[in-house]
Amino acid sequence: MKRGFVILLITAMMLGLVACGNNDTTNTSQNTQNTAGTTDTTENTGKTDSSTTDTEEPVTITYCNFNASGGNEATLASMYEAFHAEYPNITVEIETVAYSDYFTLMQTRVAGGTAPDCYELNIENFASYAAKGVIADLSASDTSKFNTTALSAFNVGGTQYGLPGNFSNVVLFFNKDLFDQAGVSYPDSSWTWEDVQAASEAIKALGDDYYGIYAPITYNEFFKVAAQFGGSLLNSDKTAFTINSAENIAAAQMMVDRILVSNIQPTSEQMGGMGDWDLFESGRLGMIPTGIWAFNTFTDACDFAWDICVEPGQTQKATHFFSNALVVNASSEKKDAAITWITWLASSDESAQLRIAAGWDLPAINNQDVLNGYLAITPPENRQAVFDSLNYLVVPPIIEDYSMMSDIITDKLSAAATGTMTVQEALDAAQSECEAQITLQ
Amino acid sequence: MKQSKWKSIPFLLPSLLGMVVLSLLPIAIAIVLSFTDWNGLDKLNLTTIRNEFVGFKNYISILGSAEFWQVLGHTVYYIVLYLPLAMLASMGIALLLNKGRKGTAFFRVIYYIPVLTSWVAASLIWKWVLSSKYGIINNLLALVGITGPAWLSSPVWAMPGIVLASVWKDMGFYGLFLLSGLTAINTTYYEAAKVDGAGKLTMFFKITLPLVTPTLFFCLIMSLINAFQLFPQVQIMTEGGPNGATRVVVERIYTYGFSYFKMGFASAYSWLLFLIIFILTLVQFKLQNGWVHYES
Repeated sequence: MKRGFVILLITAMMLGLVACGNNDTTNTSQNTQNTAGTTDTTENTGKTDSSTTDTEEPVTITYCNFNASGGNEATLASMYEAFHAEYPNITVEIETVAYSDYFTLMQTRVAGGTAPDCYELNIENFASYAAKGVIADLSASDTSKFNTTALSAFNVGGTQYGLPGNFSNVVLFFNKDLFDQAGVSYPDSSWTWEDVQAASEAIKALGDDYYGIYAPITYNEFFKVAAQFGGSLLNSDKTAFTINSAENIAAAQMMVDRILVSNIQPTSEQMGGMGDWDLFESGRLGMIPTGIWAFNTFTDACDFAWDICVEPGQTQKATHFFSNALVVNASSEKKDAAITWITWLASSDESAQLRIAAGWDLPAINNQDVLNGYLAITPPENRQAVFDSLNYLVVPPIIEDYSMMSDIITDKLSAAATGTMTVQEALDAAQSECEAQITLQ
Repeated sequence: MKQSKWKSIPFLLPSLLGMVVLSLLPIAIAIVLSFTDWNGLDKLNLTTIRNEFVGFKNYISILGSAEFWQVLGHTVYYIVLYLPLAMLASMGIALLLNKGRKGTAFFRVIYYIPVLTSWVAASLIWKWVLSSKYGIINNLLALVGITGPAWLSSPVWAMPGIVLASVWKDMGFYGLFLLSGLTAINTTYYEAAKVDGAGKLTMFFKITLPLVTPTLFFCLIMSLINAFQLFPQVQIMTEGGPNGATRVVVERIYTYGFSYFKMGFASAYSWLLFLIIFILTLVQFKLQNGWVHYES
């Protein structure tokens, strides 16, 4: 090879570095279903009179989403057909993008001034977009049909920046056959984590490869368990971190002890690369708190009897709520039409019925008649637990630097879960690192 | 001669335009951004740049943070393991495929298939290959009485696990370059050596190796640059864990830019990485006079 040619090729390679540093970011590990959502069960924003619907002139808007990708594109298309029949003047150009590329793409479009008129955001990104003023105030929209708790998830400082497009929550799944074998009665909504511990130990005793429970040691799981112990990550007005409070330490200690002390939950070595759902499906796991989006998968994959119940608590109950926000571009010139479309998509009876029929999460609506269709499907027999859980929804602490806080806490908890730090050290470190790196408003 | 240079311009133009618009321009903009606090969402124009200008603040805070040195350390650890293994494996493949044995064409394709496989698929397969309980590697080790490590769940063994996967995926690529280097060696050298009574080993060390050094040098630098950009396999196989043991520089750039909305900070990170690679490449160019033999 000639020296000049070598130099030329290498220079081209190096230059490629800075430009291409971010193009290979297939974030496949992330859950494509949902993202932590929220709410406090406070008041309805109660705006019912809408100024949005009667668009005389034909208008075309653009809508971008990730939630329909990978199987629900046709459902979304049929929703749009129903919408267009009702609002013939509004044409919506729908673009569905895979989750792995969605947020990089959306960030680039927003910065470049080419964002769609309305689009979907997960909770991690929602708070940042709202804080940076790139999404519109939706306070004028008709929110009368929404579930108020779901709606409050996307209300920042009194301003409604997003509408809950869908929702899912988390319940406790359990393997009935394993409970029978261990001679333990099935869990119910009266259980605390102590009951879970006792049942798990009985199931663990069935054999070396059997485990009682699997609850990931992550930020998402932690903020909920902390709430069950009466703790929280921020003080009530979100001006200070309270990560290493006594309640939070008790919560994290219980999560970590399940792995390191009683081993009713497998270590990562014992998992051997297996996923938590796989472990449950294999019939060797007694209980798993996970999302209701597991229904279809478990129905297909489990050859044993299983059911669900409201997740146990400690000093109080607290359950996860997952939702994605539908938002309107702050610089869109067709805000009215965009609001009409996302309000219809998220809260109309027609849209909700199509969503339920397709088994595509739940609509975040308050019309119980429509939701009842969902209860008729089994398994699980105790599907009512999905709705009972809504009484205990917990709000994730939404701050502008949400992703950074979540990463720092997950990092430290992982260190505690492998025993390289005590729980106290881990939460102390998380507290000081969050204080050093994140400025709270 | 001059005339033919101008004639080539229309042919170069499509690639040149692509490079200028999609690579050089973003690179230039990234320098400017690295001196700002731009969040990646505000509309990017001169006013934004002026308002968000922070001078060398991003560079100072990156260099002053323990995190930068930690992720750089992880990246260097990967490179130290990866480079020699990748070069040895590629050279081995090139030598095997150069013999003109039966079925060589078939094996050339086989060794190149991992190169064409996407990292997503390859990483998922390697996650299972390296599984401490169900993986083929640990099960083979168990046959000879060795208890295999926990690989991806062990802070010590996770990076070597990623190195194994990377070497497997890349060796066909560099092997192909080295193979072309080997086939370009004039056979008269070997004939002359044979006449003089040289053995196989002597011929390899005195003829093959020196004459393939320019290709080897090229492969070495390319693999070094690629290794510094380590990211997709880490993101899929370990997500930077366990306990951050496999967190690397490009993962930080991505996270700061697209997850934490600190695009200025991420740009500064990119440029620091570029400078490191640039300096190391310069050093390699200086050192090449000691061992690389060009034919002309």
